[in-house]
Parts: sequence; C-alpha cells; structure tokens
Amino acid sequence: MYLGEAIGVAVNSKGHVFVYTRSQATRLFEFDQNGTYLREIGEGLYGFVFAHAVRIDPQDNIWAVDEGANMVIKFDPQGRVVMLLGRRPESVEGLPSTPPNNTPVPPAQKYIFNRPTDVAWDAAGNIFISDGYGNSRVVKYDKNGRYITEVGSKGSGPGQFNLPHSIAADAKGNIYVADRTNRRIQVFDNDLTFKAQYDQVGAPWALCITSGAHPYLYSSNSNPDNNNSEIGAVTGEIYKMELDGTILGKFGHAGKQLGEFSTVHEMDCRGGENQLLVSEITAWRVQKLTLHPGNANGAAK
Amino acid sequence: MRRLWLGSALIAISLTATAQTKAPEIAYDSTPNLLKMPEHLYLGEAAGVATNSKGNIFVYTRTGSTNSTMGGSRTFTHGGARLFEFTQNGAYIREIGQGLYGFDFAHTVRIDPKDNIWVVDEGSNMIIKFSPEGRVLMTMGRKPESITVGSPEAPAGGRGGPGRAGAGAPGDNFNRPTDVAWDAQGNIFVSDGYGNSRIAKFDKNGRYLKSWGSRGSGPSQFNIVHGIAVDAAGNVYAADRENHRIQVFDNDGNFKTQYTNVGRTMTICISQGPHQYLYSSNSNGAGDLDNGEIYRMELDGTILGQFGHAGKLLKEFGVAHEIDCHNPNEVFVGELTNWRVQKITLRP
Repeated sequence: MYLGEAIGVAVNSKGHVFVYTRSQATRLFEFDQNGTYLREIGEGLYGFVFAHAVRIDPQDNIWAVDEGANMVIKFDPQGRVVMLLGRRPESVEGLPSTPPNNTPVPPAQKYIFNRPTDVAWDAAGNIFISDGYGNSRVVKYDKNGRYITEVGSKGSGPGQFNLPHSIAADAKGNIYVADRTNRRIQVFDNDLTFKAQYDQVGAPWALCITSGAHPYLYSSNSNPDNNNSEIGAVTGEIYKMELDGTILGKFGHAGKQLGEFSTVHEMDCRGGENQLLVSEITAWRVQKLTLHPGNANGAAK
Repeated sequence: MRRLWLGSALIAISLTATAQTKAPEIAYDSTPNLLKMPEHLYLGEAAGVATNSKGNIFVYTRTGSTNSTMGGSRTFTHGGARLFEFTQNGAYIREIGQGLYGFDFAHTVRIDPKDNIWVVDEGSNMIIKFSPEGRVLMTMGRKPESITVGSPEAPAGGRGGPGRAGAGAPGDNFNRPTDVAWDAQGNIFVSDGYGNSRIAKFDKNGRYLKSWGSRGSGPSQFNIVHGIAVDAAGNVYAADRENHRIQVFDNDGNFKTQYTNVGRTMTICISQGPHQYLYSSNSNGAGDLDNGEIYRMELDGTILGQFGHAGKLLKEFGVAHEIDCHNPNEVFVGELTNWRVQKITLRP
C-alpha cells in the first residue's frame, strides 16, 4: 500500500494521525501516534473524488474536505458518516469539459460548494468552510449544518478572496483565512466581519492554531507545485506568529530531504506549541516536526 | 358595485387555490441508525428505497465512481450504482447485481406484488427486473454503447442532454427514465423522464402498448415527470415535478384531474390495503434546506396531513428522492444529500 500526494493531515486527541491522500482513488488512512498503520476509513466512498484537507474536531470526529466531490464529510470517531455538506455533481450529465479560462463562476448557493478547501469550528460547534477555488467565500453553518452567513467575493479588498485555501478558528471564535493568491491572512470575527490582515508571510497555503493557554498561529509560505527552482529558492518556510500577526520566527525551506518541504499543503499543530505535522504534495509524505525555539535549527523526525 | 364585489371574491378564491395550504402536522418517529452496513461498505446517495412483502428493505444507491475509458475510439462508462438488501430491522443481507452492465446512475427501485425487484437507472436508460432471488428476468431500454464527450446535445434515448421535447419514440428507448409502477394486470407504466416527457405503458411481458405526454405545463404535458404510482382501480398518478403538481390519468392515459397544492412533487407512493393513501414529498433542492414536508392524502387529492421538513438531523429530510409505503403508517424515505434511508412511523 502506498501514499500518493499527502494532501491532508490531522491528529486526534489520542495522537492518532489521519492522512487524506490522492492515490489511485482518494483515500483516508489512520495511523497511531508512532506512525503504525491502523485502518482505512471510507473505502470507495461516493464523496471521495479528489482529496483536499482532513481535520479532527474536539470530539474526535473526522472531517474530510473533498475538492473534487465539492463535499465536506463528517465521520464519527468510529468512521461512520454522520453529516454531509455540499453535493457531488451528478455523473448523469456526462463528462464535464474543462471550462475555458475566464469563464464566469455561477452564483454560489447556500449548500453547494465549488472546489472547497478547508473546514474549522468555533467553541460552539459552528462550522466554517473556505470555498474555495471556484467560489471566493467563507461560509458559516451551525453545528447541525444549517446555513447562517457567509463573506466574500473575488477580489483583493477587505473581505474579498483570491483562493481562500485554509482556515482556522481561535478560542474566541475569530476566523483566520489563508487568502493564498492575495498573499495575506485575513482575520474575521465570529460573524465574519473583517478585522485585520497579515501580509508579511508570503502566500499562505496552510494555517493552524495551537491549543493551550497561549495559542500560536502557524502559516506556510509553501513553494509552488510548479517546480520552479527560482521561486523555490525563496519560498517554503513556515512562520510562527502571535494571533495578532506578530512574527516570532520562521523555519524550513523548499527541498526533498528530511526537514525540507515539498509544497506543504496542510498543517496540524494540536500536538502542542512546538509540535507540527505537515503533509506535502510533491514529496508524497507526512513529516512530524519538533521545534526547538532558541536553537538555530529545528529538527524533523 | 355588486359586480365589483363579485370580481374580488373570484380573485380571492383563485389565490386560495394556488397557495400552499398548511396541512395538520402528523406526529411521527424515525428509527435511529436503521441500516447497519458491514465494515468497509458505505451507502452513497440513497436515491431508491423499497420494501417487499416480508418487509425486507432494498436500497439503490449512487456510490463509488463511474469509470470512463481513456483511449479507445469512443468513451465507454460503467459503474456508479449498487443495490443492497437488508432485513426489516436493517441488518445487511446481500448485494444484488454487482457490476451489472445497467447499473450506472441510480434513480429508483420498486418491488412488485410478486416480490420481483425493479430497478430504474437514469444513467443507462434501463429498467431491469430481477426475480426475488436476484436473477435478471427482463430488461427494458438499452444502455447507450458510449457517451459523447463535449457535446451537450444528445438524441432522445441517448444520454447526457436534454433530449427532444415530446413523447419519444414508440417503444422502450428511454431518455433518463425515473420510475416504474404496475396495475393489477401487471401492465408496466414508466415515467420517462428527464429527457423525454411521457408516460409509457407496456404489457406484463414488456411489449409496448402506448405512451402519452409532451413537454409543457398543460394537461398531459410534463416538466420532468419524476415519479409514478398506480392505484387498485388502475388509475395512474404522475409526479410532474417542475410543474409542481400530481396528474391523474385513467388506465389508458386519459387525463382525469390534477392536484396542485402539494409543492414540488419529487416522489409519490400509494399504500396497499382496502383504504389506499397517496403520499407525496415536497422535497428541498440540493442547494437549499427549504420545504421538505411529505403529504398524506386521499386518492382524490384531499390532504389529510403532513410531516417533516428539510434538514440533516434524524426526522429531517435531505432531498427525499423515493418513498415507499407498503403499510400506510410506515413510510421509508431515501434521501440524496443525507446518504441514508429513514423508516418513519406515523402516529396520525
């Protein structure tokens, strides 16, 4: 059994690692805290078309965001499907042809996504979805999947997006959105009103916020997956920040060796302030990182 | 003055006739976690659900992915739908028709009075009759040999396009058929469907008798005829979905009446027994969570009550796509967007 592009990675309260991968089929695997394979979840699932992100909520439910099926799928910790958001386009319409560039995006609907990218929750269980490549918005649902509100349109002004690629919520319910192509993180309050933006961290591909008394925000300026070595020479680092945007430090660079990054696509930092799991598109792997702040170099295991 | 008063009274009456009437709520329960799937087997969209005389539950689901060939002179497609059987308590029994040539895009499943299993596949344009043991007994329609990529137009009987407005060819070349029903003699009635706009009648051996309908909103016209049911007297009820009505025909297809006050009629069903009831679902769309209630009616269209609404929780419905009502107070609902079947027990 092989991993393909390691698109999504997440860890649950026991330290188990979940990897959502683009393999011959899109598949979801669970490993224990030492990396030993445990099981596959959702074999042959109707909603598994093209992996994008996996996240674990505080109750250890497993959420898969599928960019190909346009769906967000919630599994309980046992791996049973318990809620669905979005809907896979019907195959009966035949093979879709690739739309030409600059084809207008059809208006977004409350419960239909267009290549969604990520999911997050606040303390009340409200669901926030970044949507995505096609639409340019963040949508808020209540814990039962009922639509509440949304923000966003395509553009570069406040509350506008050009590829919202990752999303995270802090303990107060503020929402952090990786507005990738606009090269900024936008911060919204819980009602999705714009608060601030941080634009000194490159193109944010992946975000995560640590738990604990003093939370930190991590953001990856991933090297693009176009294998351009000139761009790769100046990208690939991950930033550690205060929630207010103050940069505390950075580490890593693009490359194929252990401790280097090949287009980081998702990060999980639930393991602690200095414990990160990163999944990489082009290296087909997940790395577990332990940071040693104060030393010059972090170390990968 | 008197004439003016009469005129406004007429307007008031016509408004009442078209407005959605709020029917009495029927109390109901839903059995939690009804269907128990084996490890590593998942339902997809539960497009079709039906029960047989023993109470066994059949689910025709859109799952996995349709495979298309790359390379080759044309594009061929297979797979994407599966048929499962469960006991009345939801224990998994078996899969029927694994890898079947006609299983592309599930639409409905119905069980006839002899417990034969009928599958309607919107993708292959086929209706497949299985014996109770699960052997193929009869096929209707033909799966297109290949699909045309990049062309939105498709001929009637083909796949992937809107098809011709009209009655289709005289025969069983369906264009995205939706449902099947039988009268007491075993005559077969097919709602056809998304591409064609007709009801086709066949004898019990599958020999074509007649068809009626064209695209439109007048009597005997359809705008997506999405479900069909036949009562004990042989009358034919058609869920004319986008016209938001149920049309009633006699056994030869003559228009009798229509019911226009039950919303967007996604699926209908008629219960068995001496007093038959008609159920109809005003299902929500996949892009909203509006409406979603199911009506219980007399065959003459009198609304007796309603239950449910759209949502993702137990007792709520996510695009109810087929309902089964062998027993009048036990309704099975197959949902598209919640990927599940609910067993609803009514307490009227």
